[in-house]
Amino acid sequence: MRESDIQINRVDWITVTIYFTLVMIGWFNIYAAVYDGQAEKSIFDFSINSGKQLVWIGTAIMLITVIMVADPRFFENLSLYIYLILMVLLVITPFVGKEVNGQTLTIGFGDFRIQPGEFAKFATGLALAKVMERPTFDLSKKNYQLIAFGVLLLPVALILLQPDTGTAMVYFALLLMFYREGLPSIYYVLGFGMIAIVLLALGIDNNLYLAGAIVLVVVALIFMGKRTWQRIAAFSAIGVGLIVFIYSIDFVVSKLPEHQQNRVMVLFNPNLDPLGVGWNVTQSKIAIGSGGFLGKGYLEGTQTKFDFVPEQHTDFIFCTLGEEFGWLGSFVVISLFVGLLYRLVIMAERQKTKFARIYGYSVVSIILFHFMVNIAMTIGLFPVIGIPLPFFSYGGSSLWSFTVLLFIFIKMDSSRATQLGRLG
Amino acid sequence: MKDQRPVVILIFIFLVSVVLLTKLFMIQVVDDSFMKRAESNAIQRIVDHPYRGLVKDRNGKLLVFNNPIFDVMIVPKEFRVGDTARFCELFRISKEELIESYTAARKYSSVKPSTLIKQFSTMDFARIQDFLVDYPGLFITTRSVRSYPNSTAGHALGYIGEISAGQLERDTLKYYAQGDYVGLSGLERYYENELRGKKGVKYKMVNVRGVDKGPFKDGEYDTASVPGKNITSTIDMDLQLYGEYLMAGKTGSVVAIEPKTGEILAMISAPNYDPNGLTGAEFSKNYRKLNNDQSKPLFNRPIMAMYPPGSIFKIVQSLIGLQEGILFPETTLACNKSLVACHNHPNPVNLFGAIRNSCNPYYHQAFRMIINQGKSSNTFKDTEIGLNAWREKVLKFGLGSSLGVDMTNEKGGSIPSSKLYDRVYGEGHWKYSTIYSLSIGQGELLVTPLQMANLSAIFANKGYYYTPHLIKELDGDATLIPAKYQIKHEVGIDAHHFDLIQDAMAEAIYGTAARAVLKDITIAGKTGTAQNPHGEDHSVFFAFAPKEDPKIAIAVYVENAGWGGRAAASTASLMIEKYIRGSITRPALEEYVLAGNFIY
Repeated sequence: MRESDIQINRVDWITVTIYFTLVMIGWFNIYAAVYDGQAEKSIFDFSINSGKQLVWIGTAIMLITVIMVADPRFFENLSLYIYLILMVLLVITPFVGKEVNGQTLTIGFGDFRIQPGEFAKFATGLALAKVMERPTFDLSKKNYQLIAFGVLLLPVALILLQPDTGTAMVYFALLLMFYREGLPSIYYVLGFGMIAIVLLALGIDNNLYLAGAIVLVVVALIFMGKRTWQRIAAFSAIGVGLIVFIYSIDFVVSKLPEHQQNRVMVLFNPNLDPLGVGWNVTQSKIAIGSGGFLGKGYLEGTQTKFDFVPEQHTDFIFCTLGEEFGWLGSFVVISLFVGLLYRLVIMAERQKTKFARIYGYSVVSIILFHFMVNIAMTIGLFPVIGIPLPFFSYGGSSLWSFTVLLFIFIKMDSSRATQLGRLG
Repeated sequence: MKDQRPVVILIFIFLVSVVLLTKLFMIQVVDDSFMKRAESNAIQRIVDHPYRGLVKDRNGKLLVFNNPIFDVMIVPKEFRVGDTARFCELFRISKEELIESYTAARKYSSVKPSTLIKQFSTMDFARIQDFLVDYPGLFITTRSVRSYPNSTAGHALGYIGEISAGQLERDTLKYYAQGDYVGLSGLERYYENELRGKKGVKYKMVNVRGVDKGPFKDGEYDTASVPGKNITSTIDMDLQLYGEYLMAGKTGSVVAIEPKTGEILAMISAPNYDPNGLTGAEFSKNYRKLNNDQSKPLFNRPIMAMYPPGSIFKIVQSLIGLQEGILFPETTLACNKSLVACHNHPNPVNLFGAIRNSCNPYYHQAFRMIINQGKSSNTFKDTEIGLNAWREKVLKFGLGSSLGVDMTNEKGGSIPSSKLYDRVYGEGHWKYSTIYSLSIGQGELLVTPLQMANLSAIFANKGYYYTPHLIKELDGDATLIPAKYQIKHEVGIDAHHFDLIQDAMAEAIYGTAARAVLKDITIAGKTGTAQNPHGEDHSVFFAFAPKEDPKIAIAVYVENAGWGGRAAASTASLMIEKYIRGSITRPALEEYVLAGNFIY
């Protein structure tokens, strides 16, 4: 065994500590979420979810060990194969997987089931890193952009077939990594502009007001600059396009499946139907809101463990934290996530290879998206999409995939000294 | 340009966390409405109703108790009926009723319990108890209703009913809630605070389906209910029952008091009603029926009916005259029938003879001597001074205002003052000739049967009384009864003046109420006949016995039964015998009273 295989001294222990802290807090919260004061089952009881999560945590530690002893070049060299294997798994999932609630997300045998959509995240990160590491790769050029988006959109398309809109959306988080790697800002300006217009179109009841505002802005822009006819024509075309776009949104929304339509509409009006569509968000807000500043105390919450909040140990695990530990607990956990993300950005920037940096930013992007969207949806800032809170939510696939995602990068970081500088 | 991008990304991460923490701060700390909504979600407040206190008679016999009734509850989701015909037979309901109740329960909630069959008796419950295990989703809840084992003393005991909106509004301490039962009359109302006990509260947690998840915070905020205090009443149930038996079919009152203590031994209002009718589910229906009854069974005559006292009042006049030094045992006055009508008797009479023969002209003259004492040279003024001074003395006998018995709606009767005559005739326009009917207990005088019985107790006690009351002990402790029932009231007449009165009363019944005479027990009594402008006069008798050591003082009113010596005196005599001797030796007299033909 060569000395460089395990670089214990070079492992970023801050990141590892934050990881284990989050996992342990998550584990205690899973116990609280399913805790039944009358049954008095131990946190280690394998018949309840906290006991099972302990098994996932144990196996995650085994995965970490495997990753840490593996050759640092292993992931780099095999990245495209890993990506391809997972794409194949995604393709076959709808055919051989187990259908639950109209979705086919998992494959496996008996109780051992994995969710390829979760693992495809780190595989896509690896593949993009591999593709983009070439010195000539330039995201400001159209043909390279096509390649990058191709690698990104393939899993998205496959996951949409399952269908799992929430997980598919996660892949767009990698646009953050693209930003770091030089995708021109104009894409983001246009993108955010588009999102703003969509939100306005959905939020404002009468699209006429919005159309009127666009007409006013276009007319003002025309009169403020040179009044050449090309310019007038260009602005007019954009204005007309936007207005057509606004009106098409309602049409598109009306074509969405009803449960997705409702999730969007509830965002704008949480009181729309508090017992129906709004139930999740309303109950989630009640649970978190009732926590107050210091919370009700561990295992003292009533909203989550008595099933008022659905999915309380998976996607809505944050409710248990908010209810039992209050704002202070939320502050601590959010700070841990911010600390982790900050640390990962610092680590990504210190990498000597472009491959490691790109992969590092992929990790940042994916964890940030999950963290942001998951908490935002529990407090009614984002539509309810079923994505887990990293390291917190109950479930083997979720914990394993985030562990693998993170520790591959920690491994790369720990062995960066042995790499030749290839930054382009 | 490219080097700024990591910074932009870090700022973005930071901004995201600020937005999340701000929103969290708003819903967790700023807005407290979520806390209330969480409580209403998961915490149910369950009121633990205490057992209402029992009421026993003076000998420990139960007058009022709580009768458990059973409701069959159903959780529709868990319910399996199996053989419907067998179920219906067992629970004694028709298939249609079962379907109707089940549908209603299902409509309310399929997982929360609702009532399937209301008000099972203990017997029905015992019958079905063993079969309950065959029917998942069924269980039994217990409630209790007031029950009266001998259906007696309805007026005195009163009844309970659902609290009214007005009462709820007046309940400033907010003890009561909609649907609570409170005492609405009689003892039940007067001692509501003692009988009701103290409600307890349990907080339990429920999950999203309303299923019980155990006590909230291990019952830290729960309070146990405290059962109501038991009341031992002064009523002698046997005497009360006997009185009701005698008064059946008649209209009137019987009030019997233990003179030395003011304890009410029996209080009968006829016609009466079965108090068991005013309980539970039948309350409204029966109450409406009783309320519309022409004979007014709900009217509590002993404390609410007012009559002129009649001849009995002559004793009060005699005592005031004696105490004032205006009359003496030897004062002899002529029976001058030109003043006021009288019946034939030896003439003239002294005071003893006047009481014994109930001589009207004697009191016409004696009352003038009491009223017109020459305190003013103006005869009008002199009458006014005399009347008001006399009134003060009469009021001391517990007349003219309510006594303060432990029942609600007690009337006070009326003893007129100069103001009344001033109003009717004008000031200075009336004199003794206007008010002389007061001398023989007629005119503007009104007393209740309770006041009359109390008067009898005063004569028995030779000059004092305790306010009549129905409570003897609270939770077995006699000192816990209201202080006002432990105060001795002196009437301002020296005890020795009563000797002559008692002798005359004992003598009188041989003349006017021979039926009342009882071998071995000396009854001192006086008949009265309350004039009734609307029909036959009311028969009145009041008495105490035994004369030597009075154990019972009694007043009997029988409406429209004519002369006091018949209906009232016979009833009173039987009651006295029943109480003192415990048995009746004169079945003929009993039959005479029960037959009820007093006018002949």
